[in-house]
Amino acid sequence: MAEVDTHIEFDPLSTGSLRRRITSKAIIYGLLVLFSIYYLAPLAILLMNSMRPLEDIVRTGFIDIPSSLSSQYWVEAWGTFCIGGTCEGVSRFFMNSLLMAVPATIISTVLGLINGYALSKWRFKGADILFGLITLGVFLPAQMTLLPWAFVLGSIGLSNTISGLVLIHTIQGLSFTTLFCRNYFLAVPDDLIKAARIDGAGFWRIFRRIILPLSPPIIIVTVIWQFTGIWNEFLFGTVFTSGANQPITSALVAFSGSGTGVRAYNVEAAAVIMSALPPLVIYVVGGKYFVRGLTQGAVK
Amino acid sequence: MPDSNTNKRSVTQLIQDYLPQIVLVPTVVAMAMYVVVFSLWTLWLSVSTSTLLPDPSFGGFGEYVALWKSKRWTVAYQNLFIFGSLYVLGALFIGTLLAILIDQRVRFEAVWRTIFLYPLAISFIVTGTVWRWIFHPQTGVELALHDMGWLSAQFNWITDRDLALYVVVITGIWHASGFAMALILAGLRAVDGDTIKAAQIDGASMARTYRRVILPSIWPIFLAVAVVLLQFAIKTYDLVVALTQGGPGVSTTVPAIVVYDLMFQRGQIAQGSAAAVMILVALAVVLIPYALYMSYRRRGEENTHG
Repeated sequence: MAEVDTHIEFDPLSTGSLRRRITSKAIIYGLLVLFSIYYLAPLAILLMNSMRPLEDIVRTGFIDIPSSLSSQYWVEAWGTFCIGGTCEGVSRFFMNSLLMAVPATIISTVLGLINGYALSKWRFKGADILFGLITLGVFLPAQMTLLPWAFVLGSIGLSNTISGLVLIHTIQGLSFTTLFCRNYFLAVPDDLIKAARIDGAGFWRIFRRIILPLSPPIIIVTVIWQFTGIWNEFLFGTVFTSGANQPITSALVAFSGSGTGVRAYNVEAAAVIMSALPPLVIYVVGGKYFVRGLTQGAVK
Repeated sequence: MPDSNTNKRSVTQLIQDYLPQIVLVPTVVAMAMYVVVFSLWTLWLSVSTSTLLPDPSFGGFGEYVALWKSKRWTVAYQNLFIFGSLYVLGALFIGTLLAILIDQRVRFEAVWRTIFLYPLAISFIVTGTVWRWIFHPQTGVELALHDMGWLSAQFNWITDRDLALYVVVITGIWHASGFAMALILAGLRAVDGDTIKAAQIDGASMARTYRRVILPSIWPIFLAVAVVLLQFAIKTYDLVVALTQGGPGVSTTVPAIVVYDLMFQRGQIAQGSAAAVMILVALAVVLIPYALYMSYRRRGEENTHG
C-alpha cells in the first residue's frame, strides 16, 4: 500500500504552482498534437487523395481540400487498373503477397518455436554454437545472398515463383523466430520441465502440454514481426520475380514507374493504401502485445 | 524374435534421446547454407573474374580497387555516414522527447503511442512514395503554398542535389522514431521511483531530473536502439528507391543501390559482390564491438553478483 502511495505522490510536474502546472500540461498536449500531425499527415494525405478527382490533384497537388469524394478509384485500383501489361489492378499482387507471407510466417514461426524450445530447455553440448550460427542470419545483409539465391532458385526450378520467395523468407525468418522464441523460453522455469520428465513426459509431450500453453505472447510477437517483415519486403520480390508474379511492394514500384502520360495519382494512392493495410491492421489489433514483447526483450 | 524387438526399442530410444538435436537439423542445415555457404560464395565471386555471368576463376582484388575508385561508390559510402548519423541521432532525439512527453501521465496514452509507432508497420515503399508526393514541388508542399497565394514559396529539397539527402533523413526519422520511443519509454518506466523522488526532494526541476538522473540511468537502452538503427541505416535500400531512386544525379545513392545496379543492371557481378562485402564489413564494424562490449558487461555482472 505504501508503495502505491509514493508512486501516486510522484508526479514530475507536481513541483510547481497550480498555474505553472496548467501551462506545463498545455505545452505537453500541444507538443503531442504537433507530433501527431507529423505522424498522421502521410496517412491522411493518402486517404484523402485516394477519393479525389484526378483533375483536382493535378491542379492543386496532394495537399488540398477535396472538392468531391468518390470510392470509384478504390474499385479501379483493386480490379481494373493496368500495371505492367496486366489490367487486373492490385488484386493479383495482393494475393501474391498473401500467398507469400502467410505460409512463410506460419512455417518459420512453428519451426522457431520448436528450435527455441530445443535450444533453451534441452541443453546439449554445442547448443550455444548452433544458436550463434542461427543468430548470425539476423545480421546478414540481403545483398550477400542475392546471387547464391538466384543460383539455388534456378537450379530447383523456383525462379520467378511465389514459392521461391516463400522459401527465401522462411529460411531468412528462421533466425529471427528461433532467437525470439529461445530467449522467451529461457524465462520458463527449468523445474517445470524437470518435474514433467520425472513424470515420464518426453520431448513432444512437454512441448504440447507445457511450452505451447505458455507461448501465445511470443507467438503473437513472432507472427506480427514475420508477417509485416515479409509483406513489406521489396528487394527479393524485385530481384526474383517479375510481371504477374510480383508481390505487391515490387508491383507498386513498377506501377509508379510505368506511367506514360498523366499519372492516375488517385488510383495510385488507393493502391498504396491497399498495400499498407494488412500489416497496419495486424499492428493495430496486436500492437499492444507486440510493444510489450519488443520492450521486454530490450529492457532486460 | 525377442532380439529384434529389443533392437527396435533401442533405435526408438536413441531417437528419443537425440530428439532435441534431430529437430534442429533442418534449421542448422539451412542456416549453415544461408550464413556460411552463401557468404563465402559471394566473397569468392567478389574476387572472381565474373562479369555478366558468374565465373569461378580467381581474378584478384581488382574489383575492390575499381569500386573504391568509382565516384558513385564513394558518394554512396559518404551518404551512408551522413544519413546514418543524422537518422540515428534524429530518431533518438525525437524518440526521447516523445517518450518523456508520454511519461507525464498524459491521458489516452495508448492512442498517442499507436500514432507514433504505426509507421513501423508500414513498408519503406509506401513510406517513400507518400513522402515523395509531399516533398515534390509539382505535387506537394510547394504547390500547396502557391495555391494559398504565396507564389514565391520554394520547397524543392527533393530535387536539390545538396538537400535531397535530408529528405531521406526526415522520412527515415518518421519511420523509426516511434520504435525508439517505445523502447525508451519502457526504460523510463523501469527507472526506480525512489531515485527520482530523492532528486525532486532535493529541489531539482523536472527538466533537470530527466537530464541528470533519469536519462543517464537508461543509457544502455540508447546504445541498443542506436545499434539497431545503425543496422537499418546500413541496409537501407527500399526507402531510397521509392523516395528518390538515388537521385538527383547520385546525391542520395546508398551502397545497397550500387550493389543492385552493378549486379543486375550493369552485369558486373564481381564488383557488385565486392560492394555487398563492403556492406557486410560496415555491419561488422558496428556489431562486433557492440557484441564484445555486451559479453564483457555480462561477465562483469556475473562477477559482481557471484
